[in-house]
Amino acid sequence: MSGDPVAVQETASADGATLSGGLAKGAGSLAEQRIAVATQWQLMWWRFRKHKLAAAGTIVLALFYLVAAFADFFAYADPQDSDAQRSLIAPQTIHWFDEGRFAPYVYALKGTRDPMTFKRVYKPDPSTKIPITFFARGEPYKLFGIIPADRHVLGVEGADTGKSLFLMGTDTQGRDLWSRLMFATRTSMTIGLVSVALSLVLGVVLGGISGYFGGTIDSVIQRIIEILRSIPTIPLWMGLAAAVPSDWSVVQVYFAITIIISLIGWTELARVVRGRFISLKHEDFVMAAELVGCSKSRIIFRHMVPSFISHIIAATTLAIPAIIISETSLSFLGLGLRPPAISWGVLLQDAQNIQALVISPWLLIPSFAVIVAVLAFNFMGDGIRDAADPYL
Amino acid sequence: MVAYIVRRMLLAVLTVWAISILSFIIIHLPPGDYVTSYIASMSASGSAVSEGEAAALREQLGLDQPITVQYFKWMGLTLRGNFGMAMEWGRPVVDVIGDRLSLTIVISLAAIIFTWAVALPIGIYSAVYRYSFLDYVFTFVGFIGLAIPGFLLALIVMYVGFAWFGANVGGLFSPEFAEAPWSLAKAWDLTKHLPIPAIVLGVAGTAQLIRIMRSNLLDELRKPYVMTARARGLPEHRVILRYPVRVALNPFVSTIGYLLPYVVSGSIIVSLVLSLPTVGPLLLKALIAQDMFLAGTIVLLLGVLTVIGTFISDLLLMWIDPRIRLGRQ
Amino acid sequence: MDKPLLSVRNLRTSFFQDEGTTKAVDGASFDVYAGKTLGIVGESGCGKSVTAQSILRIVDAPGRIVGGEIVLTRADGSQVDLVKLAPNGREIRAIRGGDIGLVFQEPMTSFSPVHTVGDQIVEAIRLHSGVSAKEARQRGIEVLGSVGIPKPERRIDEYSFELSGGLRQRAMIAVALSSNPRLLIADEPTTALDVTTQAQILDLMRKIQRERAMAIMLITHNLGVVAEMADDVVVMYLGRVVERGKVDDIFHDPKHPYTKALLQSIPSIESVPGVRLPTISGSIPHPFNRPRGCAFHPRCASFVPGRCDAADPAVTPIGHARSVSCFLYE
Repeated sequence: MSGDPVAVQETASADGATLSGGLAKGAGSLAEQRIAVATQWQLMWWRFRKHKLAAAGTIVLALFYLVAAFADFFAYADPQDSDAQRSLIAPQTIHWFDEGRFAPYVYALKGTRDPMTFKRVYKPDPSTKIPITFFARGEPYKLFGIIPADRHVLGVEGADTGKSLFLMGTDTQGRDLWSRLMFATRTSMTIGLVSVALSLVLGVVLGGISGYFGGTIDSVIQRIIEILRSIPTIPLWMGLAAAVPSDWSVVQVYFAITIIISLIGWTELARVVRGRFISLKHEDFVMAAELVGCSKSRIIFRHMVPSFISHIIAATTLAIPAIIISETSLSFLGLGLRPPAISWGVLLQDAQNIQALVISPWLLIPSFAVIVAVLAFNFMGDGIRDAADPYL
Repeated sequence: MVAYIVRRMLLAVLTVWAISILSFIIIHLPPGDYVTSYIASMSASGSAVSEGEAAALREQLGLDQPITVQYFKWMGLTLRGNFGMAMEWGRPVVDVIGDRLSLTIVISLAAIIFTWAVALPIGIYSAVYRYSFLDYVFTFVGFIGLAIPGFLLALIVMYVGFAWFGANVGGLFSPEFAEAPWSLAKAWDLTKHLPIPAIVLGVAGTAQLIRIMRSNLLDELRKPYVMTARARGLPEHRVILRYPVRVALNPFVSTIGYLLPYVVSGSIIVSLVLSLPTVGPLLLKALIAQDMFLAGTIVLLLGVLTVIGTFISDLLLMWIDPRIRLGRQ
Repeated sequence: MDKPLLSVRNLRTSFFQDEGTTKAVDGASFDVYAGKTLGIVGESGCGKSVTAQSILRIVDAPGRIVGGEIVLTRADGSQVDLVKLAPNGREIRAIRGGDIGLVFQEPMTSFSPVHTVGDQIVEAIRLHSGVSAKEARQRGIEVLGSVGIPKPERRIDEYSFELSGGLRQRAMIAVALSSNPRLLIADEPTTALDVTTQAQILDLMRKIQRERAMAIMLITHNLGVVAEMADDVVVMYLGRVVERGKVDDIFHDPKHPYTKALLQSIPSIESVPGVRLPTISGSIPHPFNRPRGCAFHPRCASFVPGRCDAADPAVTPIGHARSVSCFLYE
């Protein structure tokens, strides 16, 4: 009798059946072989790919981070350049075709004084066309802070970009909203990353200690987590954020807010990590490693951690949307980032006044950025979580 | 069972104490104290405050003593129901807070009721008719709800109300009832205004609960006892509702404990946008003015509120889960 | 011989998934007689449980009966084809629990964790006989007692997690018996129990069968249990019945190569020490990867190339109440 490795083959076939959707049906053994030797990450990637929403979310996020990295390039005007006379201009329509040719342009804006309100009102002037150029030269900036450059994604010919192009209109202080949105994307998307990194460290360390050692230290950490979870977060954040001195620099405030947000957010990650450690502690392979004589740290880092690292990645990705929302909320209230810093929340401060909003609805545009980013993170995180363990 | 109640109660007390310390620390974090900002606002309006006046003010308000002493004095007063003076208003904190705390409770409860009433049936439907058209619709809407922060939704609702209907949909009372004493008519007016804040507050929580209910129920539907129930000849709706739903309800109920702090804290910002006369706008003003007693008391009361709510949900869980009642892990 | 209580003819049940279609049961035919026990034997995945579920029409989606008939002879002599009944309709629901009772493998997870044993028994009784709650409770206590549960009037108010494994399985049997079914389907009733309890449960089942002249359909992969309990045996492989017959015939004179190999692989007290136990070579093919022709041919010691991998063997009767599906006998 042969004594075949029955178990391996059977599980290989089981996965082969679900994953070989793209491979020819009935090409049984070849697909099975691939599955049998595929690493954990390859399996995860195949499953993740099938999840269309997650794939869409990942692409969207990649775009967002592209903007964040190259904000200077994507913006075409100085985000801080304010001019009261340009306040609250509506977004300009781009006309794509000029007499049949593809040549985008906008109308110049002519300012007239409204006889009723005596306020300066801008109206498009059909007699003057300002052509839009791509990759135009504009304000100089430093790419990544070091490489000097002056190309921007858009610009205009024959006129000052900063005074003629307003793709998303302007805010109450006359600053171009599109350019500000680009920079806001940079800030809001990176605060999420820094904050979640901090939460991750706290969560993994405390959750790990709690789960691995158990006993009293576990109870103590658990109580702390429970207490933190039952405190309403927003009053706490508001309090902490209000405590940040108003004379701190923009960067200092940025980091202070980041730390504040991550101080509450670590509890969820700690719970996940602790749960994983507890369930893994009693697995046979851990006992086997102990019996062979592995040191504790080797067991933890080389045996236990790899089995749940994918869950941690999923939990971390899913924690980011909450952080983005918190920063946006705090800044919206005026307690988070403050001007001259630019984030989505700061941009939305202008939208607080409903009457003003009705006249200038474009002030709400940054909210779409928030919603899309949060959705994208949620989809991607869901995809990762399903790929890491479809039975969870 | 008794051990369970005692444990939860001890935890509740511990939590309240931790909250009190936290709120006290928060108030004292900013450099300077109430007197500093008082002086600043006085000089901004043109008048100056002398050193002597400042010192006297500090002594009067007890701000010149070490922090630990101040904390214990404050706790002592609070436990006796004396929440101190709201320095900016010059009136007792209790007066300033007034109705606002109860209104906060009212809209939080309304939001939770809304959340439950919507999440439960949709969650059940989504699990039983998985992958159906409606399931995809609900999942999609749920994701949107999850993605829009409360205040943004409030903003959009206000905008839509104003731009399309010309109405101010914010506020909890019609103008004639705003300052009026409580009466049946006022209560009815409040109820009429409740739906919008309740929905805005509840949407995010609803999306989350639907997902939890759906995944819990999906887990339970796979279990053998469902098939056994069917094999006994039960009609399908009873098979689902009496067994797996009942079991899936347990983790669902335990989520109330975390829903309450979430809703209460969400109400802070939403109240600001919708101009609701709750604790939220008051807290913001107090924090900016560094009005210690007012801000600290509000944070403390909010914390206590949520701890009580969590405790009640623990009791509820114990009541419906025989495994806890009979002490089995 | 009288008419069979339940007659399954060419039952086919398939599972339709995105990745492919699994023919869980692919043409099974057998009969169950009143007062007798039919043992259905086979490896995991051969379709025995799905057969039982098909009879009661409780196959989980995405599974569906795609062909065949299941003819039940009711107490009044009339016959009904269970396949043709509306799923979850009134008729089939009356039969579930009423004419046919089902006992599952895992007593722990087969009871609701949040309802008492009594809740579930009383519900079943009232469903099939419409008596008052008090009377149903009385009957429940009686039937709990009849399966050997001590102090049934106390146990009826307990939760399943408060009972031991053996008591739980007895309680499961009690629930299945509570409306006096004429056929008891037991799906691996003793697999989750230790050997002593196993023996007790089997004794209990035999006793009940004698008292009520009930038919039992016993599904198991344990040949020892089959030898002890069954009157007739059906051997299944990959959704098909490969051999059928009386228990003595099957055990002492197996015909199908699979049956022979199964019986050979049972360790015996008479085995020569030091000699390797015979096993069946190869492994069960993945359901999406069914071999062409006879499903067993890749592992068959008597494989005939050109014949066994080209067509399906037909069911060949070979003597009194015996049949086999193998080209060797055609």
